[in-house]
Amino acid sequence: MSIWFVPRDAAARSMGADAVAAALIDRGETVVRNGSRGMLWMEPLIERAETRDGGRVGWSNMTAVQIEQTLPSEDSEHYVGPVEEIDYLARQNRWIYERVGVTDPLDPEDYVRHGGLAGLKNALAVSGDAVVDIITTSGLRGRGGAGFPAGIKWRTVAEQSAQPHAGESRDATPHKYICVNADEGDSGTFADRMLMEGDPFCLLEGMTIAAHAVGADRGLVYLRSEYPDAIATLQAAIDIARERHWLGDDILGSKVAFDVEIRVGAGSYVCGEETAMLESLEGRRGMVRAKPPLPAIKGLFGTPTVINNVLTIASVPSILARGAETYAALGQERSLGTQVFQLAGNIAQGGIVETAFGITARALVADFGGGTRSGKPIRAVQLGGPLGAYLPDDKLDVAMTYEALAAAGGMIGHGGIVVFDETVNMADQARFAMDFCVEESCGKCTPCRIGAVRGVETLDKIRAGQDVEGNTALLRDLCDVMTQGSLCAMGGLTPNPVLSAINQFPEDFQSPVIATG
Amino acid sequence: MTITRQPEWNAKEAAALIAPIVASESGPVLLCLQAVQAYYGHVYSDAIALIADACNVSRADVHGVFTFYADLRETPPPAVPVRLCAAEACQAVGARTLKAEWSAACEASPELATLTGVDEPIFCLGNCALGPAAMVDGELIGRADVARLCQAIDAAQAQERPL
Ligand SMILES: Cc1cc2nc3c(=O)[nH]c(=O)nc-3n(C[C@H](O)[C@H](O)[C@H](O)COP(=O)(O)O)c2cc1C
Ligand code: SF4
Ligand code: FES
Repeated sequence: MSIWFVPRDAAARSMGADAVAAALIDRGETVVRNGSRGMLWMEPLIERAETRDGGRVGWSNMTAVQIEQTLPSEDSEHYVGPVEEIDYLARQNRWIYERVGVTDPLDPEDYVRHGGLAGLKNALAVSGDAVVDIITTSGLRGRGGAGFPAGIKWRTVAEQSAQPHAGESRDATPHKYICVNADEGDSGTFADRMLMEGDPFCLLEGMTIAAHAVGADRGLVYLRSEYPDAIATLQAAIDIARERHWLGDDILGSKVAFDVEIRVGAGSYVCGEETAMLESLEGRRGMVRAKPPLPAIKGLFGTPTVINNVLTIASVPSILARGAETYAALGQERSLGTQVFQLAGNIAQGGIVETAFGITARALVADFGGGTRSGKPIRAVQLGGPLGAYLPDDKLDVAMTYEALAAAGGMIGHGGIVVFDETVNMADQARFAMDFCVEESCGKCTPCRIGAVRGVETLDKIRAGQDVEGNTALLRDLCDVMTQGSLCAMGGLTPNPVLSAINQFPEDFQSPVIATG
Repeated sequence: MTITRQPEWNAKEAAALIAPIVASESGPVLLCLQAVQAYYGHVYSDAIALIADACNVSRADVHGVFTFYADLRETPPPAVPVRLCAAEACQAVGARTLKAEWSAACEASPELATLTGVDEPIFCLGNCALGPAAMVDGELIGRADVARLCQAIDAAQAQERPL
């Protein structure tokens, strides 16, 4: 009998996937809840195979009502054919996302059958130092935004000795931590979420490899509260992993001991900044800490701590399994390997595109994304989240690498690409960027805390047509002060979206508008 | 999902709720606040002193943590909370219009307004390719419009059973 696959991913569920699955089960069909393939405009995308690992054909945008009437056939207008041959998927190079959408995220046997644990086994066969060398050779850089080389960070932590928590007696148990940043606050990004919901064992495997590499005994995942499905799925995966000795005292029969817990965030964007995250994990207000000391030397509770983004850590198992050189052969300059781009906003074919660094923004937005969802021309694209610049349509031929984007005044951030059509008002967007900084500033430094409030006021004057020239000059000064005088990128980079809006779209700042952000 | 009636504050019960956290965690204040909110639906003002004493920190410290985090609330949540995403990717597909339409619907129907509470904006629900995104009683909604929000509210109410 056929097997049906219906995604359990939150995005698919947000379009009715649960009801579709229930309707199939009501008809007596066998249903596996897989992750999402990441072709989100097709959700719910359901698939059928004759055997568990057999080839699959799919139907997009299914509803429970359709299933109640009849099982979908090859003649249906929703039929999309063999799923892995769909151009959008076939043209990707999936490393981190190799199993997402393919497997049942909480079936450990499925995980192993599709290559899971191969990286961990390779890692446990060599010393921690050798693993750090492999990650260094791969060229893997942090996917949370700053792009810091993961190997260098790991080396620093590996060189420290484990420490008791600050304030504990000197003979208390010493620790090192692996803290995964799953705060994913950037608008237009959802790849951390989909990985945790679609292949949570991959994150746990990556964390365990990191723990072996640096000698850490404890792992925490700081996961935002806005992601209830990811929290539940990852917790279920942790429980299964413990039962299977993939976590715990004696991982896969080695002497490595490591365990993972989830810490849920509490609705603060700035807590994605690594030192604010540490404060939050220590139970305090999420105030940014000055560096040094580096978290790698004095991190959580004063112990040496690796802090990496979900995608950074999720890259690790496949690097260990397939080889650092193979990974480093992908990409350009010092942007090696694959990046998980996320197409969002006003886009016809939004979703996940994992491919080597170096593809152009236009190829992503036009070839993969199919242009805007509204069908109107693209006016602006925001790259790299709320602190990233807005680019006009004619600047989209830039290669998506850390280097090329920096030269073009942009940033790759967490890989989010948010598309706006011609109806966008860029003065509204500039105001929103300042207002977001007002809302989310941790309040530690004046340029950010006060500057952003002044920025909103000044933008309101500009939008009302009051002394546009004078107020624009004032706004530029303010941005300068924020860039120069802020402790972290919240205040330091908020001028990016604001100034890019003014510089690239000056016409939107000339005529008074009525709408408010 | 919805807890129709929140439990009444009970200091002994709350103390028992946070005791294991204080005993096992190095930095327990935020975890205690979250545990109290998860159980009671909001943070009763009495909880601040209780947590301060249990964690051996000042009340001002606990209050500072409480006010920092947007999730932590001092009043009970509405029966069926509705949160609309206010971030950029959803703005690009009409989040501002949806917000205006939703406000109008709530103004026209005081019952709806009471049921769903004040819409406190939320910044990104991770559904940025299927915006505008919303969360109704903890359930994510893609391509939201007023009709879909109302459907989701009905579904949430149908699920509710008295304690
Ligand atoms: C305001 C602000 C918010 C941030 N939010 C996140 C986030 O949500 N997730 C993340 O991984 N990194 C975030 N970062 C970057 C982290 O500070 C840190 O660089 C990152 O977690 C390190 O991991 P990586 O090297 O693997 O990228 C943020 C930084 C700033 C300044
Ligand atoms: S720039 Fe803003 S968010 Fe960053 S430390 Fe200063 S006040 Fe806090
Ligand atoms: S921006 Fe609305 S869900 Fe991400």
